[in-house]
Amino acid sequence: MARGAPLPWLKPGVFIGALAPLAIMVVEGMQGTLGANPIAEIENVLGLAALVLLMATLACTPARRLFGWTWTARIRRMLGLFAFFYVSLHFLTYLIVDQGLDAGRIVEDIVKRPFITVGFAALVLLTPLAFTSTTASIRRLGYRRWQVLHQLAYVAGGLAVIHFFWRVKIDISQPLLYAAVLATLLLVRLAFWLRRTPSR
Amino acid sequence: MRSLAPEPPSSEITPESLYLRRREFIKNAVLTVGTAAAFGSGLVWLVGQRPPPDAPDQPPLAEAETVATGPSSFDTDEEMTPYQAVTTYNNFYEFGVDKDEPARNAHTLQPRPWTISVEGEVARPQVIDIDTLLHWFTPEQRVYRMRCVEAWSMVIPWLGFPLADLIKRLEPTGNAKFVEFTTLLDPKQMPGQRDPILQWPYVEGLRLDEALHPLTLMAVGLYGKTLPNQNGAPLRLVVPWKYGLKGIKSIVKIRFTASQPKTTWSLAAPNEYGFYGNVNPAVDHPRWSQATERRIGDLTRRKTLPFNGYADQVASLYAGMDLRRNF
Repeated sequence: MARGAPLPWLKPGVFIGALAPLAIMVVEGMQGTLGANPIAEIENVLGLAALVLLMATLACTPARRLFGWTWTARIRRMLGLFAFFYVSLHFLTYLIVDQGLDAGRIVEDIVKRPFITVGFAALVLLTPLAFTSTTASIRRLGYRRWQVLHQLAYVAGGLAVIHFFWRVKIDISQPLLYAAVLATLLLVRLAFWLRRTPSR
Repeated sequence: MRSLAPEPPSSEITPESLYLRRREFIKNAVLTVGTAAAFGSGLVWLVGQRPPPDAPDQPPLAEAETVATGPSSFDTDEEMTPYQAVTTYNNFYEFGVDKDEPARNAHTLQPRPWTISVEGEVARPQVIDIDTLLHWFTPEQRVYRMRCVEAWSMVIPWLGFPLADLIKRLEPTGNAKFVEFTTLLDPKQMPGQRDPILQWPYVEGLRLDEALHPLTLMAVGLYGKTLPNQNGAPLRLVVPWKYGLKGIKSIVKIRFTASQPKTTWSLAAPNEYGFYGNVNPAVDHPRWSQATERRIGDLTRRKTLPFNGYADQVASLYAGMDLRRNF
């Protein structure tokens, strides 16, 4: 009997799961149960979903190195694209619903308000990564160059965490948690990199 | 006579290869659903999606029935924010930092018995029982705009009495220039006070002339009902031309002072929050614009008005002051 790809349930399962926050939001929106300030709630949920998925994307390689898991490599691209999907919806909600496409106000926000500037910069950095996520792009760019480009995901992750820090009024416990996750992931990478370098 | 059922068309016959793999198919389907459920629920939990809390069932404020609630000269005729939103979307960090947390957690607050201690520059320091206070004054309805420093706003029908009436009764001395208010400090009743995100207890203050202004209200109810815990039961301050954070909740102490009180938010972030906290679209919060606001229930933003639309009544209090420096 011919066997299909290993773990054939992994990708469809993660795909459906990654859509859960959006699906719940749509249902709640139709039922009118998004709370008293639905626009703020939508922005918060989309932004946080993007951040969580970006962290999950960045965790794939360290998890493989640490635990020898190979399956993480097979969902990494999908997680990254979902992170980009949510951050795009987050930005579009701000642009269209929150600010009503008021160009003057939006430009002023991006230029004058560091918390919006860094969030916007994270989106800008993630855009080329989303567009070069295909296997064809890896071939076209060459693996080394592609890999260097995609390390921008870490910079975007850092900017996203700063965006979160500057967004909260006073209680920084949540942003701190994500900063710790990001720092841990970076440290794991650094440790492996340091261990590898001398042997070369 | 029985007729035989027609044979199914060949297109509906399960291919043998699929038939042989049915166990694997079922296993994969189950694992797909399981992965989706685990990953999806983890994600939903991390982003904090949960249904909004129910509005509280508050008893009507007895005195309110005997009071004419016709429009006073200060009332706005703008559409009122629904009771559900007013009582489930709150900033009251003593019960958690998320907007829905006060409605979920404030049931631990005991608004009776309750006393208010009057101290400082007064003829006669005293401790007043909340029910005595409610005997002194008959609550009246005031429909005020409420502008939060986070750039959202509501219209709320408060029940209360002018702070000026209370102050006159308390007889401050000639040295009194400011009034300082303090919230209850009791982590058992207010579990958020276990987190040192702010200096507890919450302290707010007004200049004496601001406190004596007829717009300034001591609220004991809203929508004709007793004040819900999450809105600051049993007694809170309402200063409609200032950002909502000036409206200190669940007050246990009123102190008259000669010097400017140190208020909680201005201690926590002095570059972001000043003593005055007057609504001012021309002076932005360092991190966001104050030029516009979203009225809860509206889809589009509206322009924020100087002194939250009460400039005619209160702008003279600040004549000659640099409002950029005194924010």
